[in-house]
Amino acid sequence: MMSTLIDALLLQMGYNATLVAVGAALLGAASGITGTFLFLRKRALVSDAVSHATLPGVCVAFLILVGLGGDGRNLAALLLGSALSAGLGLWCMNWLTRNTRLAEDAAIGAVLSVFFGFGIVLLTVIQTLGVGRQAGLEGFLLGSTAGMLYADALVIATGGAAVLILILLARRPMTMVAFDPEYAAARGLPVGRIDMLMMGLVMAVTVVGLKVVGLILIVALLIIPPVTARFWTERADQVVILSGVLGAVAAYLGAALSASAPNLPTGPIIVLMSFALFALSLLIAPNRGVLAAVRRHRRFQKRVHLRQGLLALAQDQIIYEPLTLRLLAQSGFARADGVATQSGRRRAAKALRDEMRWDILRRDQAQEAAAALYDGLREIETVLTPDQIAAIDRKIGSPREV
Amino acid sequence: MGSEFVTLSLTPLLIGIFAAVACALPGNFLLLRKQALIGDAISHVALPGIVVAFLVTGAISTWPMMLGAAGAACVAVVMIEGIRRLGRIEPGAAMGVVFTTLFAAGVLLLEQSDTSSVHLDVEHALYGNLESLIWLDGTGWGSLADPEALAYLPVELPRMAATLVVVVGFIALFWRPLTIATFDEGFARTLGMRTDLLGLALVLIAAISAVAAFDAVGSIIVIAMFICPPAAARMMTNRLDVQVGWSIVFATLAAVVGYVLAGYGPLWIGMADAVSAAGMIATISGLILAIAALFGPCRSRAGAPSGV
Repeated sequence: MMSTLIDALLLQMGYNATLVAVGAALLGAASGITGTFLFLRKRALVSDAVSHATLPGVCVAFLILVGLGGDGRNLAALLLGSALSAGLGLWCMNWLTRNTRLAEDAAIGAVLSVFFGFGIVLLTVIQTLGVGRQAGLEGFLLGSTAGMLYADALVIATGGAAVLILILLARRPMTMVAFDPEYAAARGLPVGRIDMLMMGLVMAVTVVGLKVVGLILIVALLIIPPVTARFWTERADQVVILSGVLGAVAAYLGAALSASAPNLPTGPIIVLMSFALFALSLLIAPNRGVLAAVRRHRRFQKRVHLRQGLLALAQDQIIYEPLTLRLLAQSGFARADGVATQSGRRRAAKALRDEMRWDILRRDQAQEAAAALYDGLREIETVLTPDQIAAIDRKIGSPREV
Repeated sequence: MGSEFVTLSLTPLLIGIFAAVACALPGNFLLLRKQALIGDAISHVALPGIVVAFLVTGAISTWPMMLGAAGAACVAVVMIEGIRRLGRIEPGAAMGVVFTTLFAAGVLLLEQSDTSSVHLDVEHALYGNLESLIWLDGTGWGSLADPEALAYLPVELPRMAATLVVVVGFIALFWRPLTIATFDEGFARTLGMRTDLLGLALVLIAAISAVAAFDAVGSIIVIAMFICPPAAARMMTNRLDVQVGWSIVFATLAAVVGYVLAGYGPLWIGMADAVSAAGMIATISGLILAIAALFGPCRSRAGAPSGV
């Protein structure tokens, strides 16, 4: 198992597996990059409608091919059909949101379910025609890479490359529209047309990906990598590149893993790989990750407890809170039984004096702006100049022993 | 309309109507609350729940599977909320991450487990088998009064009817709070309503009807019925009670016309076999929505025509 997996990762599993892995990686990169713009535009689920709307097109193309006497398995023709019906679905969705009172989510759901339902009607028609070769069409639902041909891989590679080139050309206006459509419109950009280009790219990726991951799961490749990439950086261009890399890695690993053992369908494995990367990022990303948030919270908690503990020490109150006691002891401000040390007394006196300084500051109408910064933690030195502090101190009087 | 109708079509037709209405009712509120895609998410994540239930019990039995699907729906809701809050991600994207992942996990489990001996596959989950829910003991209209024949009704029928009763009961009971919380959540909160609990209850009711309908008619009808009839009804009126009424009419219409067209339509145009009823019902609901969107009196965002 392990050695076959390594073989698969190193492209040693034979011609077909290599073809699938490379094709999937290209697709993953293209969809990760395209999906980023969709995600930043907050329209991630539009891709769900687009992908489901491909089904009737595939079926109609198949029926036409069979009607013309072919065997209905020409991938390029099927993909053309799927692109046409996805385009129609997209148009319906835009029309519904623009010309009726329906919100975008309702339009997405309506297009998705109706197109998919009609596609299923057509699928049953194809089954009852008794052509006997419809098995290939079922593969479009969940993807099937087992019988991928060189020509199929070529179609996928060409499509992926075309998408990447288009994005390279249009990345600046698309970024601007994704972030701030009003500003982009004010700058004179044709927002409507750029949105359409964005949707067109999503459509292209969906169509290209149909064969590999299937129409139900292609959405995942458009949504999960951008969301993952967003954890790691705040810069749009970096999100785009990272998302492409993450998509490619997930797709490559998934395809290799699925080639290494039987009963591991490519599409779902790729999606689960993406999710694994996502879950990892959610956990350990430096700034937006859960662990980072926990660490931030703990640091804040420590500051609050130390501050309150010092104030209590300064006023000779007994501290019962165990966490406060532990933190004070750790910082060397108090002994384990809660009695202040030398340095603890010094810091406690400073804390109490700061508190009194704040008190005076907050009663001063003229210092309203500075006083608004009081939150019980902020050091007064970060708000006032030494002169101002000295002026306040004159009002308090000379230091007292505590 | 003879005995053949009772045997072959009466029960699937009734199940279809019940499922359609049970989904359309909560759909009205979900649509207005901009949560229309919850039906989509629930019906995707039901798959892993059903597969896990099958792996645990080792048989196709209804209650464990429905429990599994409901459990999976709960897991999904928790995951979506968790990811949205922990990762500060917009709800649409969080939903997309969760339901695709769970669906992929379901497909993988299905492929890994040996389900070749039983009828459990992805296609079945997607478009159900409404046509097969026939009532063999119903030999004529007289069977409706025959307790022996009634005992052999397909179990989906009473279950779906019970689900419908639960849904109608919930909406009737909480009509006022639901209405207020849907249109003005802030106002509802100042009245002391627990809007968060109410929202959760609505999602739960939606999940119950989705899972029950999913078992009988497949996921595609569920998604379509959550959205299309309420959306079409929204084009007809500005009043919520009227909208709910229209949505019931549209859901019933879609179920009846879709079922009849799927069963008899192909025969009329000279084809030999019926097509998928689930797909046809979804298609008809889409046509109804299209007509309402083109001609409905309240279709535009500006609101009602004068005098309404």
